[in-house]
Amino acid sequence: MIDSKAGRGTSRRELLGLGLGAGAASLLGGLGGAYAQARPLVPPQKPRGQVIAGISQEPTVFNPLMPGSEVDQGVWWQLFNPLWSIDPQGRLVADLASEVPSVENGGLSADGLVWKIKLRRDVKWHDGTPFTAEDVKYTLDLINTPGFRVRNRVGHSLVREITVVAPDEIHWRMESAYSPYLSILALTFIVPRHILEKAQDPNTAPFNSAPVGTGAFRWGERVAGDHLLLQANPAHHGEGPYLERVVFKYIPDLTMLYTQFRTGQIDYLGLSGISAHFVKEAQGLRGRKLSLSPTAFIEHIALNLEFAPFADKAVREALYLGMNKQARIEALYYGLPVPTESFLPQQSWAYDPSLPAQRHDPAKANALLDAAGWARGSDGIRQKNGVRLEFANSTTVGNPGREQSQQLLMQDWRTLGVAMRINNMPGAVIWGEFWQKSKFESVMVGSNFMLGNDPDVTPRFSSKAIPAKAGSGLNTYQYQNPEIDRLLAEGASQFDQAQRKATYGKIQKIIRDDLVLLPIYQTVMAEGIKDGLQGFAANINCSSNCWNMRSWFWAS
Amino acid sequence: MIPFLLRRLWQSLILLTIVSMIGFAILYLAPGGPMSQFAQSAQMSQEDLDRIARQLGLDRPLPVQYWDWLLRMLSGDWGRSFRDNSPVWSVIGSHLRATFELMAVSTLIAIALGCWIGILGAIRRYSIFDMVATVGAMVALSIPTFWFGLIAIYLFSVQLGWLPAGNRQTIGDGSFLDVAHHLIAPALVLALVETAIWARFMRSAMLDVIGQDYIRTARAKGLPEQAVLRGHAMRNALLPLITLAGLQFPTLLGGALVTETVFTWPGMGRLFLDSVEYRDYPVVMGILMFSAVMVLLGSLLADMLYAVADPRIRMG
Repeated sequence: MIDSKAGRGTSRRELLGLGLGAGAASLLGGLGGAYAQARPLVPPQKPRGQVIAGISQEPTVFNPLMPGSEVDQGVWWQLFNPLWSIDPQGRLVADLASEVPSVENGGLSADGLVWKIKLRRDVKWHDGTPFTAEDVKYTLDLINTPGFRVRNRVGHSLVREITVVAPDEIHWRMESAYSPYLSILALTFIVPRHILEKAQDPNTAPFNSAPVGTGAFRWGERVAGDHLLLQANPAHHGEGPYLERVVFKYIPDLTMLYTQFRTGQIDYLGLSGISAHFVKEAQGLRGRKLSLSPTAFIEHIALNLEFAPFADKAVREALYLGMNKQARIEALYYGLPVPTESFLPQQSWAYDPSLPAQRHDPAKANALLDAAGWARGSDGIRQKNGVRLEFANSTTVGNPGREQSQQLLMQDWRTLGVAMRINNMPGAVIWGEFWQKSKFESVMVGSNFMLGNDPDVTPRFSSKAIPAKAGSGLNTYQYQNPEIDRLLAEGASQFDQAQRKATYGKIQKIIRDDLVLLPIYQTVMAEGIKDGLQGFAANINCSSNCWNMRSWFWAS
Repeated sequence: MIPFLLRRLWQSLILLTIVSMIGFAILYLAPGGPMSQFAQSAQMSQEDLDRIARQLGLDRPLPVQYWDWLLRMLSGDWGRSFRDNSPVWSVIGSHLRATFELMAVSTLIAIALGCWIGILGAIRRYSIFDMVATVGAMVALSIPTFWFGLIAIYLFSVQLGWLPAGNRQTIGDGSFLDVAHHLIAPALVLALVETAIWARFMRSAMLDVIGQDYIRTARAKGLPEQAVLRGHAMRNALLPLITLAGLQFPTLLGGALVTETVFTWPGMGRLFLDSVEYRDYPVVMGILMFSAVMVLLGSLLADMLYAVADPRIRMG
């Protein structure tokens, strides 16, 4: 947390009054963070005032089961509730369920196959209809309905024999034990049966453009291309809401977004955050604060391991040794991101901090390539058995940070006798078949590898998840390792967190050692908050830091 | 007039078909697609992506997709947006008002100001006013619209705090005064280039007319100068500008696209850019066809007005 009011001290009395926000700040640790509170926290008795949240993508999908972006998910958090959610510390917290199922409380059978969920009795939909177990059953059934345009069925497709035992209790059986399902359900919002079952086709139901949920805010109005307004739901079952209205204001241009935050038209600037080159200026703005919030996105160089030069591990090691990671972080991103060696964010319970730290060592990289038989040609570029050490690197056009980063990488690797070409494309092109079907040689990309807060990376590294080889997943690296396959299967069927941590620690070590990808840094987002706005708490486990707007309020 | 209209209608239909075929082919053959936005999600498997593409009908051959789109379009169904699943006509409709609001106000400013500058420049040819107006018009025509927009925001919003730094209204307000306050900067910026064009055309047309014999005759008859200019020169000088008005429509739409982006104005321009970025084919095709119809209508209207304004022109 950086306070824009540099030099301002905090009195003992103020410190005593910090409460929840500051508590969250200390728990988040690292750069992280919750927006430290400078005034005593006294939420109003009745919802009061509004918050305008500036976002660079327009929310367009309001059925929370359909394919949507992170900004859509930011809206879903206000309108809907999952059975349980994940707090900033990574703990599962009951929401529509009265308790999170576990082996200890009898919610999960010892083999992880039988799930028994108890629900709250005091929850109502926005139209006043009581929420029941039938809604949960309907939601799970709808997800698995063949014609429904659901986002994905990971985990849900394993659910069998759903039984509504009582209005406040539901049971089901899993086809096989799958522990990440707890985390997946924490990001699965429950939809109302009594409304959607009346629709001829849930894909085109009026509900999708005027949703009814159980969340802290009700649907207000949407002005397409401009903003979305949500009204407080006074009958909300949980904490809050303390605001009368929440407005998601869509401003696609990042400079304009920041300008409007600067001129006071926007109270909170999140999702895309403040561009790195504006951060220093933003820290000096009067009446504004910044939260440097770590995200789950890991910036890395994705290598296509079927591309001949990258199949040689020595080449991957040399490229990693030759990469001046820290210079890039300092020069291009003003030191904001955190260098990393893992595909998991450092806030994950499964993160392994013991992975070997990368050193920038061009001499060692050159020696490695010499030893591996990659000899320099007359033009200084290395080759081996007629294969030149030359490849293309691609990323999205119009991302100045990445484009400058590519220039630095070209220079870094040129000194090793490696020729890197830049082949950038628009997002809609690069993330299409080029990425999905592994048609690239190397790509500079930021990815969130986790399922919610679960470290299961089967879709990323399993040999059965290679789309270019008819697999089901996003292993676009085309990585194949029987040991990893075994560990992934083991991790997904374990329910003890300590055991799982050990399993995913092994996976991180192997991926780091094999250099399936060249990790660069964990992204840190600079979010702007107007002075006086309380309750903001960055949560790396949710897809949006708007996850708890129900707790936001203006200091009186 | 009726045979003329029927001929133009027939020509327009052929033109629209060609536009739709070219637009559809370019859009669908361009690399990338609407599924790319989900491709990086860890939860999305290739099966999920393929399933959703199939549900959107993207797995069918291009001619089949075109034929299906054409039949639906002719029956009044413009399809549904890939992004928000709403009917295309309602997506376009929700953005139309903002664009027309901006275009109408800026066009009125441009015509009023441009004609006045042009006429005065022609009457006072080579005067200081004329020279300043000429240089001003050249500057306005040479510098891109977005630059003027950014300067206006920096000066009037960031530094002086007089005008909002964008948006169409204050959320929760939306009164006439509030909308007008938000409209000032974008409308003036959009009007700037248009004013320069109108001023140059008006000056040139006016110079042509005041050199004609009938103007000399009117003056020789002893008519006051004001009456000569208003009654004889201006009316005739305005005639070619009717065509300009019709032809300026597409230019204005292009200008609105840039202005809307800079001022975060929720109009068609921004919708078009967003839809192209997300490869929202149904919406892009809808905007393309709507714009093509508007351009054809603008041109037809200009021809008809020209005939009404100048009885020497006959149609048929």
